Amino acid sequence: MRATQLGELPFSRFAERHPVWTVLTALAVLAVVWLIFAPWPDGLEDAIGRKKIFLNAVFNGITLGALYFLVASGFTLIFGLMKNVNLAHGSLYLLGGYIGYEFVDATGSWLGAFVVVFVLIGLLGIVLQYLVFRRMEGQDLRQTLVTIGISVVLADIMLWIWGGQSYQILSPEWLTGPTTLPIISSIRRSGEAVYLTFPAVRIAILVASIALGVLMWLALNRTRIGMLVRAGVDDREMLAASGIRVQLVFVGVFAFGAGLAGMAGIVGGTFQSVVAGEDMRFLLASLVVVIVGGMGSILGAALGAVLIGLAEQLGSVYAPTYSVVLTFLIMAAVLAFRPQGLMGR
Amino acid sequence: MAVAEHPDQTRSDGAPAWLAAVPRWWWVVGVAMLVMPIVASDFVLFQIFGWSFILGMIALSLMFLAGYGGMVSLAQMSTAALAGYMVAVFGTSGVDAISMHWPWWLYVPTAILIAVLFATMIGALAVRTSGIYTIMITLAIAAAFFYFTRQNYGIFNGYSGFANVVPPDLFGLNWRRAMPFYYLSLGCAVLSYLAVVYVSRSPFGLALQGIRDNPRRMAALGYNVTAHRVAAYAFAAVIAAVAGILLVWQNAQISPGTAGLPAVIDILVIAIVGGLGRPIGPFIGALIYVVLQVFSPDILTALGLAGDRFKLLIGLGFLAVVYWSPDGVLGLWDQWRTRRDRAADPLTGDTP
Repeated sequence: MRATQLGELPFSRFAERHPVWTVLTALAVLAVVWLIFAPWPDGLEDAIGRKKIFLNAVFNGITLGALYFLVASGFTLIFGLMKNVNLAHGSLYLLGGYIGYEFVDATGSWLGAFVVVFVLIGLLGIVLQYLVFRRMEGQDLRQTLVTIGISVVLADIMLWIWGGQSYQILSPEWLTGPTTLPIISSIRRSGEAVYLTFPAVRIAILVASIALGVLMWLALNRTRIGMLVRAGVDDREMLAASGIRVQLVFVGVFAFGAGLAGMAGIVGGTFQSVVAGEDMRFLLASLVVVIVGGMGSILGAALGAVLIGLAEQLGSVYAPTYSVVLTFLIMAAVLAFRPQGLMGR
Repeated sequence: MAVAEHPDQTRSDGAPAWLAAVPRWWWVVGVAMLVMPIVASDFVLFQIFGWSFILGMIALSLMFLAGYGGMVSLAQMSTAALAGYMVAVFGTSGVDAISMHWPWWLYVPTAILIAVLFATMIGALAVRTSGIYTIMITLAIAAAFFYFTRQNYGIFNGYSGFANVVPPDLFGLNWRRAMPFYYLSLGCAVLSYLAVVYVSRSPFGLALQGIRDNPRRMAALGYNVTAHRVAAYAFAAVIAAVAGILLVWQNAQISPGTAGLPAVIDILVIAIVGGLGRPIGPFIGALIYVVLQVFSPDILTALGLAGDRFKLLIGLGFLAVVYWSPDGVLGLWDQWRTRRDRAADPLTGDTP
């Protein structure tokens, strides 16, 4: 009996098998929680700088992780089900960002852009599935090469249309400006606590990503469609033999994953910017997240995304010229000790 | 990606077996290459052929890994660029704060050695997985290398990289002039080609091809699968490193863009378009790529498009090759030959 790959919470089994690692992980999490919530003693501030900087890096890292999760979850879902690496995933992200920018620019509706982009990029995903993946089923390498070719072509077409300048998608007014979080960033001499402020739009993105992640997990583990998808991951032939139209499931998952990447493009364009070259950055992020988290696992994608987001932001604050190395070291360590990824099988 | 190997036939008509085994048209190409400087302009020698040889060598290192080892590594450009960077760091460049001004006989081997160590580490990581995972991991490593060289100023001098990296004045020659550089790159390309052919027929190369086809059986026969794969990465790195050194000498500069993701993907495109089946494929692919790149403004303008859409042309060409002829241009050639050989005899209707 194989356990299902896409969903499942393997914590209890993990705790039984590796008590030492569980304790170490719990201690690390506790230490981070303490660092975030407790006012820092003076010695610590002298050693690693002010708490406000640390908090900002942590929260930026988690929000970046949320964005990475949006991109990587579609990637990992497609990979888990169809065993094909869609190296044009970053291009779908960037195209989503550009289309979202045009839509927001024309109509001013930020939320509407999500719907439009999800539908358009989802359709593009369906076209890709029909033209490329269905025709080359079982030929992993060729599929991968074709998606590389598509990403080259798409990147150049986008450069042609939108040029090299960067675009910023404007967030709606109700999300503009800072919010105050119930977390103490420093204590004034008068003993009054200063609370951390953080852009509202980032909080919204974080909340939306978590909600989406939970929804995806529920859909995969508690619905009939999720059951079909999980069955397709485990044994495609048996699923087809029991009368399910597997190709339809594939098309659906591909469209959903592609649409998700497109929506992530709007999110990225709102709190960073849309510019040529981002496609490769987010393709790389998806690759690393999926390698670290484990191929085909939603939970792994979430874990990997937060890890990589945190590593990138903390690295750029505390070791500016070596932050990429930190990301890379995490990947290398995972590959060395757990080649199938943290949550992979 | 099957690689056909023809064992040397022994002949008894005086000439040594290995000499007689060389096909006739190879002599033609060889002589043409040697006398090329008489007819070709400096631009053709330096930009078109010099660059083709260099890109062909980097793609050859990929072809060796992919064709004989079944491992498509996208980190070959990074290995080459690292060797180029090391030449700039240990040798002489425009950045005096970093360059160490070693003599050439010291910095060239050091650069190659460091690049080989780097590739061996990549290999040790990448061989833990296989197939498309190798592509993903090496792509991630290549991207990490690019971002690292861009943000690191202590060793790689960040965004600007190194300028004024020139080859040493050996034998009183300026090796960046067209004709000497042409012969230098031709010599290196021929040597690496012969090295790949030789290694592919050596016991090591045969074991590698066995591992490509069936790793479990080879492991059962007592071959160390991991060690062979990692060694293949190390061997391919030597070729890539030499090419990287030539590249930095040709451009006289190196910067993060040298190993940026577009460059990394270009190497894959070259190897695939040429064909992963035989070691000559990457050089054919490189020549096509360079000619297209150099003349693309003219081609595109003739087609009524803007002159700077070179990437579109390359991308579409690559897609066409992968879609219709997975074995590249060499595959097309082979298909044509088989069809010609299989053609029915017009008189009897027999197929040979």
